[in-house]
Amino acid sequence: MTGDALLFGLSGVLSASAPLLFGVIGETITEKAGVSNLAMNGMILLSAMGGFAASLATGSLALGFLAGAAIGAAVAAVVAFTSITLKQSQVAVGYVLAMLCRDLAYFLGNPIMGMNGPRLTLLPIPGLSAIPLLGTLLFRHDIVTYASFLLIVAAWFYMERTRPGIMLRGLGENPRAAYIRGANVHRQRYAYTIAGGAIAGLAGPIYSLSVKAGWKGTISGLDGIGWIVLAITIFGGWKPFRAALGAYFFSLLQWLGLVLQPLMPNVPSQVLQVAPFPLMILTLLLVNVGNAEWLERSLARLPEAVRRDIARALSALNATPPAALGVPFDEDD
Amino acid sequence: MRDSKSTRLVFGAGSVVLALALTTAIIALTGNDPIAAYRNIAQGAAGSPNVAANVVVSWVPLLLVVSGVLFTFTVGLWNIGIEGQITLGAIFATWAMRLLQDSAMAPGWVIAASIAAGILGGVLWALLAGALKTFGGVNEIFGGLGLNFVATALNLWLIFGPWKRPGVASMSGTLPFAERLWMPTVSPQSRLAPVPLGLALAAIAIAFTLLKGTYFGLRLKAVGRNPTSAYRLGIPTWQHMMLSFALCGAFAGVAGAVQVTSVYHRLIPSISSGYGYTGLMVAMLVNFSPAAAAPVALFFAALNVGAIQLPIVLKLDSSLAGVIQGFLVLFVLVGNGIRTRLLARRKGAL
Repeated sequence: MTGDALLFGLSGVLSASAPLLFGVIGETITEKAGVSNLAMNGMILLSAMGGFAASLATGSLALGFLAGAAIGAAVAAVVAFTSITLKQSQVAVGYVLAMLCRDLAYFLGNPIMGMNGPRLTLLPIPGLSAIPLLGTLLFRHDIVTYASFLLIVAAWFYMERTRPGIMLRGLGENPRAAYIRGANVHRQRYAYTIAGGAIAGLAGPIYSLSVKAGWKGTISGLDGIGWIVLAITIFGGWKPFRAALGAYFFSLLQWLGLVLQPLMPNVPSQVLQVAPFPLMILTLLLVNVGNAEWLERSLARLPEAVRRDIARALSALNATPPAALGVPFDEDD
Repeated sequence: MRDSKSTRLVFGAGSVVLALALTTAIIALTGNDPIAAYRNIAQGAAGSPNVAANVVVSWVPLLLVVSGVLFTFTVGLWNIGIEGQITLGAIFATWAMRLLQDSAMAPGWVIAASIAAGILGGVLWALLAGALKTFGGVNEIFGGLGLNFVATALNLWLIFGPWKRPGVASMSGTLPFAERLWMPTVSPQSRLAPVPLGLALAAIAIAFTLLKGTYFGLRLKAVGRNPTSAYRLGIPTWQHMMLSFALCGAFAGVAGAVQVTSVYHRLIPSISSGYGYTGLMVAMLVNFSPAAAAPVALFFAALNVGAIQLPIVLKLDSSLAGVIQGFLVLFVLVGNGIRTRLLARRKGAL
């Protein structure tokens, strides 16, 4: 592979990660508040279809993105209502919505399947894009990829450096304490779930108006992305930068699968396309296994030097979810 | 308002009405005639003895899957990996079939061995998800989904690689087995086979008996409700989780083996056909009660089979069946929530 092809490939990995980043950051915000929105997979499909349909009908890309965000927010509002107000299992509601929204996307998107529609154009940044190597890698993208870079930094700043951001952490870690300090836990959880849904909902139009432009029904190749987003959120340990790393790593693997395809003619293309999924299980295993009791016991039997290294590696990978994630909060208790 | 059978019935009926109303609105919104769509589904599911038989053929794997997930749900687990467990059942069944098809064994025994192999495949795949959950701390939803993708890849690799048809491999699957090794059907023209139907009915009966009538079922329930207190009461927690995974995998494996030996007579790329995901929806809709599972699974199978003609006749996507099912389960969940909320309020007023 030539240097140029490699550079374009890596640049493509960055733009292919944009929708994942919106999904992962949106879910991270939602889960930080103590609600897990498992509807992601259907939500992304429905907002991809809806966003494409909206900009096809109006000719406006902006309205397409707006529609995607609105669909994400609406689905998240259903999750919020059933889990916060009605205290139903978040897993159950999320699963049903994931299935329902997927089928809705296929049903409603049937008439616009395979149509040519508007798509985002590249927006090289004057001056910066002329820098050798870095210019191609970072500054020759469309607007949503730049937005995805900013989103990571903005989410980190909000969560770690602002007062409401610290309060957000309290909602998921210790809602009782947040309540005593004057936070309206239910209202704030609603707000963050819907806001997170709107951000994640943008992932749909980023696919259908940019990364995989158009709507192709069941062969759009988007089914499954939402579950990957949820897994990356866990891998990301509910931290924006680590989550971003996970998203980039996943896109890199997918790209490698495509690049390596010609080298392995005996392996059907479908096999390499799913290669990132077992790796996803493996990373989740590495992230979670540090919490397992049996591991601690067997580690204790190892020589001290080895034990310390393994324990350090595992604790670096380890991620602990917000303590009250998925637990309904009752103000009267 | 009292928590009586009639309130439950009213809420149940309300959910159905709301789900149908919303689906009707959505069909109308797309500029189509809802009545025509429903009539088409009804005809596709019950319009002739042939399609009605197809509904039963599709009911069999669904009922097997629902019987399986009732165990994992009872112990508090979301076995989303069931889709992959069906696939592995189908793969193992095909494997046994390939090994034995040229042997002198009687066809009945070959089919039986094939189903046993399917059970083995399903159990192994389920135990893998279970081990990831209990020993690796990997949430069974993500472990299961990951394993589903791996199972699909394995299936495709077999169909396009080692087990490909002589000549060129294709999406139509492996070479069909010899006709004498097909599961016998009620008549030569029909696809309805009595043995798989019997297996499915036995599965739901086993699930009902074990969950409702034995201490084993009670222990599973205790682990599902509160693993910590169950453990303190002396119930080995992880062993019960693994056991319920294995039981669920066994039923899923039978479903996969049935698809191979009785429906397709070969291994095809989408052998699990979403039965696992639909099965989870059925179990949620009946609120994890085995008694209601069989009729609701039949209804879901009828919707799925009935919707097959929609794209051809009305140019509507067959995912309409999934839309109706999704709204049904969603509104039942919402209805449960509202009912418990109203009951709690009444209790508070006393």
